[in-house]
Amino acid sequence: MRSRLNLLIAAFSTTVIAFAATTGSALAQKKYDTGAADTEIRIGNIMPYSGPASAYGVIGKTEAAYFNKINAEGGINGRKINFISYDDGYSPPKAVEQARKLVESDEVLLVFNPLGTPSNSAIQKYLNARKVPQLFVATGATKWNDPKDFPWTMGWQPGYQSEARIYAKYLMREKPDAKISVLYQNDDFGKDYLKGLKDGLGAKASMIVAEESYETSEPTIDNHIVKLRASGADVFISITTPKFAAQAIKKMAEIEWKPLHIVSNVSASVGGVIKPAGFENSQGILSAAYAKDGADPQWDNDPGMKKFLAFLAKYDADANKLDGSVVYGYGAAQTMVKVLELCGDNLTRENVMKQAASLKDFAPDTLLPGIKINTTPTDFAPINQLQMMRFKGEKWELFGDIISGELSN
Amino acid sequence: MELFTNQILAGISTGAIYACMALAVVMIYQAIEHLNFAQGEMAMFSTFISWQLMQWGVPYWAAFVLTLGISFAGGIAIERLLFKPLAKAPILTNVAGFIALYAILNSFAGLIWDFTIKQYPTPFGSSPFLGSQLISTHQAGMIGVTVLLLVLLYLFFQFTRVGLAMRAAASVPESARLVGINTSWMIALGWGMAAAIGSIAGMMIAPVVFLEPNMMLGVLIYGFAAAVLGGLTSPFGAVIGGFLVGIFENLAGTYIPGVGNELKLPIALALIITVLVVKPAGLFGRPIVKRV
Amino acid sequence: MSAVQETVTEAPAVEAVPKRAMTLGAGSSLVMLALLILVPLFVKNFIIFQLTMLLIYGLAVLALNILTGGSGQFSLGQSAFYAVGAYTSAILIEHVGMNYALTLPIAGVVCFGFGFLFGQPALRLSGVYLALATFALATAMPQLLKLGVFETWTGGVQGLVVTKPDAPFGLPMSQDMWLYYFTLVITVAIYIFSVNLLKSRSGRAFMAIRDNEIAASAMGIDVALYKTLAFGVSAGITGVAGGLGAIAVQFVAPDGYTITLAISLFLGMVVGGVGWLPGSIVGSAFIIFVPNIAEGISKGLSGAVFGVLLFLIIFLVPHGARQIAMIAQQLLGKLKKS
Repeated sequence: MRSRLNLLIAAFSTTVIAFAATTGSALAQKKYDTGAADTEIRIGNIMPYSGPASAYGVIGKTEAAYFNKINAEGGINGRKINFISYDDGYSPPKAVEQARKLVESDEVLLVFNPLGTPSNSAIQKYLNARKVPQLFVATGATKWNDPKDFPWTMGWQPGYQSEARIYAKYLMREKPDAKISVLYQNDDFGKDYLKGLKDGLGAKASMIVAEESYETSEPTIDNHIVKLRASGADVFISITTPKFAAQAIKKMAEIEWKPLHIVSNVSASVGGVIKPAGFENSQGILSAAYAKDGADPQWDNDPGMKKFLAFLAKYDADANKLDGSVVYGYGAAQTMVKVLELCGDNLTRENVMKQAASLKDFAPDTLLPGIKINTTPTDFAPINQLQMMRFKGEKWELFGDIISGELSN
Repeated sequence: MELFTNQILAGISTGAIYACMALAVVMIYQAIEHLNFAQGEMAMFSTFISWQLMQWGVPYWAAFVLTLGISFAGGIAIERLLFKPLAKAPILTNVAGFIALYAILNSFAGLIWDFTIKQYPTPFGSSPFLGSQLISTHQAGMIGVTVLLLVLLYLFFQFTRVGLAMRAAASVPESARLVGINTSWMIALGWGMAAAIGSIAGMMIAPVVFLEPNMMLGVLIYGFAAAVLGGLTSPFGAVIGGFLVGIFENLAGTYIPGVGNELKLPIALALIITVLVVKPAGLFGRPIVKRV
Repeated sequence: MSAVQETVTEAPAVEAVPKRAMTLGAGSSLVMLALLILVPLFVKNFIIFQLTMLLIYGLAVLALNILTGGSGQFSLGQSAFYAVGAYTSAILIEHVGMNYALTLPIAGVVCFGFGFLFGQPALRLSGVYLALATFALATAMPQLLKLGVFETWTGGVQGLVVTKPDAPFGLPMSQDMWLYYFTLVITVAIYIFSVNLLKSRSGRAFMAIRDNEIAASAMGIDVALYKTLAFGVSAGITGVAGGLGAIAVQFVAPDGYTITLAISLFLGMVVGGVGWLPGSIVGSAFIIFVPNIAEGISKGLSGAVFGVLLFLIIFLVPHGARQIAMIAQQLLGKLKKS
């Protein structure tokens, strides 16, 4: 009861303020929900700044820096972004607390790019019940593309399952008699990916001759590699996070096991995985990408990447451009800004979702050439294109067409 | 059969990691009769210091020795500044202090060196060792270093005045004080040595697991398990414990059908608890007799 | 190394707290209760939710306090019991369709049994060895919950979403407020039960074991029974807290019940004062609010700020909130005299 009253008062007072601030003509167009006003848009965010997943905290820091840049350049349609980012330590109960704090105490317009499947699962129901946009969540689980049941939740990056299907298609075409071995992280990311792979192989799922899971608490995954090698497989798919992907590459070189090696996009960063694991050990590895790599010299003259690097130099000098999370945060923040620009003076939660669901051929600076963000009211998967690539020398070489990983085909 | 031997060999090479860490755990236990939860983070921090030195152009062995010195001094400083004031506080309060130290070190390392993984050099190379592809020269070198450390520690505790004084100070502090041992400084010395041994462990482990702020998270759990299995009072036991945990974990993961792979850590821990129930002081520890 | 047996007179790991000093006086208790009843009427729903979590973690810390402060056994595995309680409630609500209130006693009983069984091997262990055993339990629990075999029930790595209950009988209050008062009633009931338990024959047996196990056994106390009983009671209460937590958060997943939770509960106990039951709520406040404060001071260094704050607390009051309460009591005493 009280909350409804509060909301009423809040709505009333915003209207009053809006009324006082505008004169006559503009009044008709300006519409605000909680968290938006003539001078400010409040955006909430939840990141694991502490705890086991703290490596991803960089995303939040990059986004904060990007919004600072936008504010320094005058904001969005004259409104400054007030980016409120909280730490959940990758713990779902804490994520719920922080989400409620953002919505009920900080009164944000929307929650942008909260990280982690468990944390997002925990807050999804709450945010949808409250009709607060849970926009561009930072996880590749397939379940975020479900506009019918969760019209207030939207993903951003390509789904894990879509990516895995691309590899399945590639293998069936190029190596139909492959014996596949899979190493996957025993969590939502690994399981979702494995499912995509199996679905993609369809009737030929028996091509998978060995699968092993590992826990993030394991210091090394050497023994899994030894075991997978013993299976006699000639394809190795590494559904791993950066540290373990690098360990696998190194260990395989040590034991001179040379199957066709596919690394998930999560761990395709040149600076974060390949270089530490050794360029000489990584030749011929396959992966798929949707974003440019900050460590890759082939983008040095790319206008988009130049903008990205200029941004880092001016607003985020401490950031490590080799870290894939920095590129990620930049791209996600840019998409957010785009949506808010499209909203114009109609900054209601409903309109935010409407604009987010009608992006057309939008290409953030850091996406690969040709890969564009497209959404419709029935398609809540902004990025669903990837291009395959092969590691050669000291960089990735893209090959083949840009493939859409849509789950329907 | 080949898989079996391979898994044993792989177990020995991971076991060497646990053994290294377990030695550091035993060292601090000798000094303060408690497990230090920040031990892994101290080792991680030391390793980052050595990495930073190498980035600045210091050659490997010089960086190694410098890091040993810095860690030793750092360990003593931590004890003097943070834990000496807590000497009279309850043990559980001290444990809370370890956790606080853990948080501080982890957070600072993340801020200074960020969370991307870093390649860490090995002085032993990483080619196959004695024709076996399963153990690299680095892992053989790591086992060598562990054994060398073990011998040195044994000699130190058995035959040097300081070593004996340290043991006395830890097990019978009142009597030790009566014979003129400065027990307070013995504890500080123990911290310094544990930090130094930890830094060696870190520098040996980093080439295998890659250097990053959370690299010791898993290693510490196994290091504790190994030390407890071998007996917290016995450096020899700790090393054997490390290898046993490594081998057993691999065999459980390979041969227990169904859940073996997913549950290898819980299974290994359950086995250790079973051992402890039968031999409460670990395999090689001194049994403790309590007096009323 | 040598086979020489070592004989030590081991100081008890947990200092003796006289049983009177384990509780609050009637006056302060009533003031506290009045505050807990009245405050939610004047704050936002979000704060009410935080207060609910405060009570829930308070219960979990209280449970650990009974185990460690009461019977002298050290546990870093409380998160495992909390998880079992949470999953029991969540599964019963979502799969069986049981009323949420009925799931709590079941969660409690299940955890009591689990704790009692775990207490059996733990009997032979003490000090660091028991710490490791419980630590092992806490590390193993998320992996058990993820296990494919149980996936149809637990939802595997994706977890389970739990429906939040409405206020019954058409009471005009929000879900949050209803859940708060519901939690408050349970918390108060368990608190009273715990205070009485420690005052009872069993409680005296716990404390005798804590202070000197051998002496206690010489006095004819069945050490094994009471030690496992302490484990069972502690696990049972933690299980109820876990069940309440699942309902309040509306979600259970393996990542919510990692070793971090066990460590938080342990820190809560130390900050609140080991063996001082009212301190549990202070410890719980520490768990919930200090990380938020640390984050507010510095995002990049939130862990370090948290560590420094924790050090400050244990430097100033190594015995936790109990020490403050005792000082306050002395001051009051002086005031009354003068």
